Amino acid sequence: MLLFLGQVGRFATDQIAGMGRIFSFLMSALFLAFRPPAKIYLIIYHIKTIGVESLSVVALSGFFTGMVMGFQGYYSLRQFNAESWLGSATALGLLRELGPVLSAFMVTGRTGSAMAAELGTMRATEQIDALDSMAINPIKYLVSPRIIASLLAMPLLTAIFDVIGIFGAYLVGVSLLGVSSGSFFAGMEGSIVFHDVYSGFVKSISFGLIITWICCYKGFYAPPMATGVSQATTESVVLSFVMILVWDYFLTSVML
Amino acid sequence: MIRVTNLHKSFRSQHVLKGVNLEFATGKITTIVGTSGCGKTVLLRHLNALLRPDEGEVFVDGVDIAKLPQKELYQIRAKFGVLFQGAALLDSMTVFDNVAFPLREKTKSKEPEIKKKVEERLEQVGLGEMGRKLPAELSGGMKKRAGLARALIMDPEIVLFDEPTTGLDPVLATSIHQLIARTHTTFGFTGVLVSHTIPQVFGISDYIAMLADGVIKELSPPEVFCASKNPVVQQFIQGKTEGPIQVL
Repeated sequence: MLLFLGQVGRFATDQIAGMGRIFSFLMSALFLAFRPPAKIYLIIYHIKTIGVESLSVVALSGFFTGMVMGFQGYYSLRQFNAESWLGSATALGLLRELGPVLSAFMVTGRTGSAMAAELGTMRATEQIDALDSMAINPIKYLVSPRIIASLLAMPLLTAIFDVIGIFGAYLVGVSLLGVSSGSFFAGMEGSIVFHDVYSGFVKSISFGLIITWICCYKGFYAPPMATGVSQATTESVVLSFVMILVWDYFLTSVML
Repeated sequence: MIRVTNLHKSFRSQHVLKGVNLEFATGKITTIVGTSGCGKTVLLRHLNALLRPDEGEVFVDGVDIAKLPQKELYQIRAKFGVLFQGAALLDSMTVFDNVAFPLREKTKSKEPEIKKKVEERLEQVGLGEMGRKLPAELSGGMKKRAGLARALIMDPEIVLFDEPTTGLDPVLATSIHQLIARTHTTFGFTGVLVSHTIPQVFGISDYIAMLADGVIKELSPPEVFCASKNPVVQQFIQGKTEGPIQVL
């Protein structure tokens, strides 16, 4: 009985310690991100890996998402003879919801997993300890630039996803299904307000922070062995997906 | 000068260090020997506070580094160079950039100055032509040499070597030992070496410390160490399975 209680107690303290560690990791990374000297060359490098290298997959998924929305939107709106609202419905869905969420998923799969694997390997091969022993703060060197880069790159990737998605919906709706081009854009112009763009912008920034925070944390504290790296990579992707959806719910409920 | 007093460290239920007391002579090489898994690397990692003790103190030039906040700790760490077991070179950088890395990050040296110093260090460890290679393109011995060049680039007062010859053939191991001895003569640092490659390591060490059962069993110059009557030391030197050291 005492052994069981001891195990429960240890599990509870481990969980609380883990939560404390993940939040203090974020606080340290954010604090160090804005403390000089700024690692500009690292920020630029990570904008390339997070932003530029994710561009093709984000553009492609945006294009097909927009085309699917064109078909599904047309099918639904036709029930009410409201096909002319296709542009408005597609743009609202993309700007407020699908653009930020799906581009965050793409970046998690494309870059977040790579971050966790890279940092996990660095932990396993003592490279993180080497930085620490050279009196170079590994969080400032490895994590903070990635956080700043993701805060800058995510809104841009989301904007590209939105624009290409709208183009995909236009191709399907106007060129394939015969919706009037004028009504497609007029509906969009009439119903999209600044708040829609703003809410998508806020979501994309916060998703960028979540992805980098979780993926870097999982990699940084990965057990120093091959299975530790693979476990960290898997956990980082799954946890990022879940956290993106949970945070999306909260933001949507607040910003609706 | 480094002094360790009553150092205890546990990982969950495993009590690894059980009250280590040890003083490292300034300007000399002290080698910590012991069986695999006895806690040599754990002890070494306490010397520059990569690990913090559960109990006890680690004094570096009279300052207890176990309790220092990060800013002060980083000032102390500037006195250290570390050669890790796998060299721990940053694999995204070339050998040259790895060796130049501490200079670029921690000093305001100009690039021509850095270039001159890095080339000099690479030459000293026999890697003069290897600066442009990536760590993945180097052999095990070359990685250790590059790691040593990086460890020495800031002219440290203390250099920690974590099993510098593990995984190397006897010829390469001897060449690394000779390199350590040569650089020690050139730079005059205080060296702390963790190894179990005896008797080869005796030739470059001023003192040998034997770690067993979580405590230091013997600290003496190599010739005295070899003649020690301590049964733990004798069992270790002779590689016997019978004796006070429990073999699983």
